[in-house]
Amino acid sequence: MNGLITSLLAYLSAHLPALQVVVPLVAAPLCLLAGRAGLAWIIAFTASVAATAIAATLAYLTFHNGVIHYDMGGWAPPWGIEYVVDTANAFILLLVSAIATVVLAFSPASIAKEIRPGSQHLFYCMFILCLTGLLGITVTGDAFNVFVFLEISSLSSYALIALGGQRKALTAAFQYLVMGTIGATFFLIGVGLLYMMTGTLNMADMQARIPALQDSRPVLAAFAFITVGLALKAALFPLHLWLPNAYAYAPSAVSAFLAATATKVSLYVLLRFTFTIFGAKFAFLDLPLHWALLAPAVIAMFAGSFTAIFQRDIKRMLAYSSIAQIGYITLAISLASSAGIAAALIHIFNHGLIKAALFCAMGCIFYRIGSTRIENMAGLGQQMPWTMTAIIIAGLSLLGVPLTAGFISKWYLVQATLQADLWWLVLLIALSSMLALVYVWRLVETMYFKDPPPGREAAGEAPLSMLLPTLLLAGANIYFGLDTRLPVSMAESAAALLLRGQLP
Amino acid sequence: MIAEFPPGLLLIGGAVLVPFLKGNLRSAYSLILPLLGILQLTTFEPGSFGAMAAFGFEQTHVRIDKLSLLFGYIFYIAAVLGVLFAWHNDDALEKSTALVYVGAAIGATFAGDLITLFFYWELAAIAAVFLIWAARTDRSFRAGFRCLLIYMVSGVLLLSGAAMYANATGSVAFNNIGLESPGGIFILLAFGIKCAFPLLHNWLQDGYPEASVTGTVFLSAFTTKLAVYALARGFAGTEVLIWIGVAMTAFPIFYAVIENDLRRVLAYSLNNQLGFMVAGVGIGSALAINGAVSHAFAHIIYKALLFMTMGAVLFRTGTAKGSELGGLYKTMPWTTGFCIVGGASISAFPLFSGFVTKSMILTAVAEEGYVIPFLVLLFASAGVFHHSGIKIPFFAFFAHDSGKRPKEAPFNMLLAMGLAAFLCIAIGVYPQPLYALLPFPVDYAPYTTTHVVTTLQLLVFSGLAFAVLQRTGLYPPELRSTVLDFDFSYRWLAPRIIGWIMALGGRAWTAMTGGVLLLLNGLIARIFRTHGPHGILARTWPTGSMALWAAALLALSLAFYFQ
Repeated sequence: MNGLITSLLAYLSAHLPALQVVVPLVAAPLCLLAGRAGLAWIIAFTASVAATAIAATLAYLTFHNGVIHYDMGGWAPPWGIEYVVDTANAFILLLVSAIATVVLAFSPASIAKEIRPGSQHLFYCMFILCLTGLLGITVTGDAFNVFVFLEISSLSSYALIALGGQRKALTAAFQYLVMGTIGATFFLIGVGLLYMMTGTLNMADMQARIPALQDSRPVLAAFAFITVGLALKAALFPLHLWLPNAYAYAPSAVSAFLAATATKVSLYVLLRFTFTIFGAKFAFLDLPLHWALLAPAVIAMFAGSFTAIFQRDIKRMLAYSSIAQIGYITLAISLASSAGIAAALIHIFNHGLIKAALFCAMGCIFYRIGSTRIENMAGLGQQMPWTMTAIIIAGLSLLGVPLTAGFISKWYLVQATLQADLWWLVLLIALSSMLALVYVWRLVETMYFKDPPPGREAAGEAPLSMLLPTLLLAGANIYFGLDTRLPVSMAESAAALLLRGQLP
Repeated sequence: MIAEFPPGLLLIGGAVLVPFLKGNLRSAYSLILPLLGILQLTTFEPGSFGAMAAFGFEQTHVRIDKLSLLFGYIFYIAAVLGVLFAWHNDDALEKSTALVYVGAAIGATFAGDLITLFFYWELAAIAAVFLIWAARTDRSFRAGFRCLLIYMVSGVLLLSGAAMYANATGSVAFNNIGLESPGGIFILLAFGIKCAFPLLHNWLQDGYPEASVTGTVFLSAFTTKLAVYALARGFAGTEVLIWIGVAMTAFPIFYAVIENDLRRVLAYSLNNQLGFMVAGVGIGSALAINGAVSHAFAHIIYKALLFMTMGAVLFRTGTAKGSELGGLYKTMPWTTGFCIVGGASISAFPLFSGFVTKSMILTAVAEEGYVIPFLVLLFASAGVFHHSGIKIPFFAFFAHDSGKRPKEAPFNMLLAMGLAAFLCIAIGVYPQPLYALLPFPVDYAPYTTTHVVTTLQLLVFSGLAFAVLQRTGLYPPELRSTVLDFDFSYRWLAPRIIGWIMALGGRAWTAMTGGVLLLLNGLIARIFRTHGPHGILARTWPTGSMALWAAALLALSLAFYFQ
């Protein structure tokens, strides 16, 4: 019996990279078959917990033992599909699956309020399918496979957004569908061009063959298509226009999940393609990717924040704030130094925690007052003190106040910028952080210092099943502000791996 | 064990318990903490502890030398006075934030490196804002918010400056920085905002008078003096500070003279007093630094005393407006007496604390040969007497009878005021113990004939000017009786000149701040047009134009990559 378990465990651990995707993939049709919301939730949640455990194990293994290669179905690369896990994508896998688990724990009560009873099990099916797609994009070492999973995650997220209560959710989902498809098509065209030139879809193989073809037009075109396509998926300014509506009108749980993970995974793919496949020298020395990323990033930091200041719907405000925060991440990437990549990855992680906490808190508020418009939230501070605590903690973290995760992000970002001798950028970062203070403050001011609007009943706290995950995420913002070992060590190891000493 | 405990954390940690106590117990607990702190300071030997490494730099959590010890003592003394004064006010929010505020200021004082300084600096800023909010009025809330914005700018500047400094020098140790070092200008600006440099000062007159009766007493002692400490540590001998300090002493006077809210008058004169310290730091000689820090020491006590007396008046009558007060000496004799002691101290009357400290700064300025600064400082000294020494006690307690007959201040307030008044006189009469605490050895005798005579001349003429203005009705409230009679020849000339200077100074000041405001409003309007709900950046775009953007970007990148 013991022998059986040992061999089973050995079998499982040998297939961890595949299981990372297969477990949620299998859970999706099961959710559909379950037909009832409660059962579907149990299946989705179990799969998500399993995915988190697998991601944690993979992260541990790659951090200590190095890169894991896995041949799908026993077909050796470059003919078969290969999964490759190193610290860079293990870190993202961990973020995505952990956020999914917390948001799923948050979902049942929130979904019961926001989605009509008949289609709640469909929500779980789509959610877990979206998770499958995001994990697949991250784990695979095959360029075409990235596209397949990109479509899985995108299609399911269109459906998830369309589940939102207002009719505007449908137009938002439709716009996202059109834009997402354009982005995915650009990406596919790029991969196609690369395939045409290199004759391979395996990333490692491409990496080996591209240097010889660097000056050929198709490779240059492929680079343009892939970067623009991914910038669209990552909502990089000015390709961010689909994002505010999508996040604002989606159900709360969907906003929380997508805001924390979806754009981040696209940014990871951007990192992987520029640094691993095309190579940093090609992208940053031969081609002007530095400026192509930096200029929009700086504009995004300001335009996103200014627009956020004037929003009246707080979910929309948070969406614009995300655009500004993506600006910080792309700014860090544009530095093309190991400090810059590490700062980008650290902020990907920390910003995921911040936005998940804030959107979950908005979910709690929506649950009680049925709105996330600022004028309806007046005076909620006294009525929902714990939700408010979570908002304040996550808000401080968004500002980058010391002792929160956001401070760690800002610190590494500023250090990386200074190492590149771009002190004027430090000033711009500081200035745009001031803007975040304005919109976070506006929220706190309304909730604490204004009287409730007449006619609104006294709202209590949201149910514990929603409140606890929200507070957990807020607590994580403090925890990772004090104990920075996990994100910093993972990000620094990942940065070294991605850069491979290509640039000085 | 107590010796190795970071002094600031004692209060910050202790504040956690405050909400769980009630009434006298809560007040007693808040009093015990700073007393324990003083006890701890007496055990400190020069040195440092709490070394740690974070963000790749060596940090020193606690660094003890004479400069930090002096500020540690005075901050604790101010905390004791503040807690006594606020004994009756059973507000958990105000009591706990006050303790955090004091703790953060003390932690920052003992910080041996810029990162630790930044942490405490931000904590003190946030606590100060909450202290303003604790008044729980709409005005206090708005003023607190404006303060918060400005404090955050200061924090960001400090952090950016520290990062640049650390990057260039490889060390974050907080010693003399100077303007020449990389990031020095940012750090100086960060300190300058908190120190209420001219044009960076508005938060002070805006925020402090809006706090509660008891909150203002705390506020007046810490934020700005922490900045003076930081300047003395980091920028001693930076010449530009002399001129900044001089401007700070002169400008607020015009405003203090025409302001009606007596607590706001005190806020202006606080600004003016800071100018003396900043000028002293700018001179940077041993005597000047001694003068600046000892002036900070004395200033904290008499400024707290003045705010306490006005607080007591506000507490009893519900107003601190000069035009609505008057004749209170009949029923509030003790408060009147304490207020006069505070006024005499701030005006640097011989035998009061301001005299033995401010004269050091003036002597140092003269010794280094700065003639114009010296003259302006003299003028400012006269002005201080004018608005703080005479105007405050006169309008509140004497002047024309307002008919108000409030009760004397409660016992705890009288005790706190009495203690502060005692310290003011004690330092003035017997300054040697204070001199022994100063960072440099003191070889200075305050009571020479020249000092005393110069000061008295100044004070007499300033008193004269006040009388002139009174008589000719230049002060806002109408007044029939005056304290002094005077020679006829001054009646015609003096009011014209002083009135003209006041109008000019006031107008220039308003024009400067008004211009900045106008610019800001224009900018905000423009941002709103593009970023507001209907602006081009916030609209929901048609899908087609979104796609067009994507195509345009693709075309642009292709064009760039192919060239």
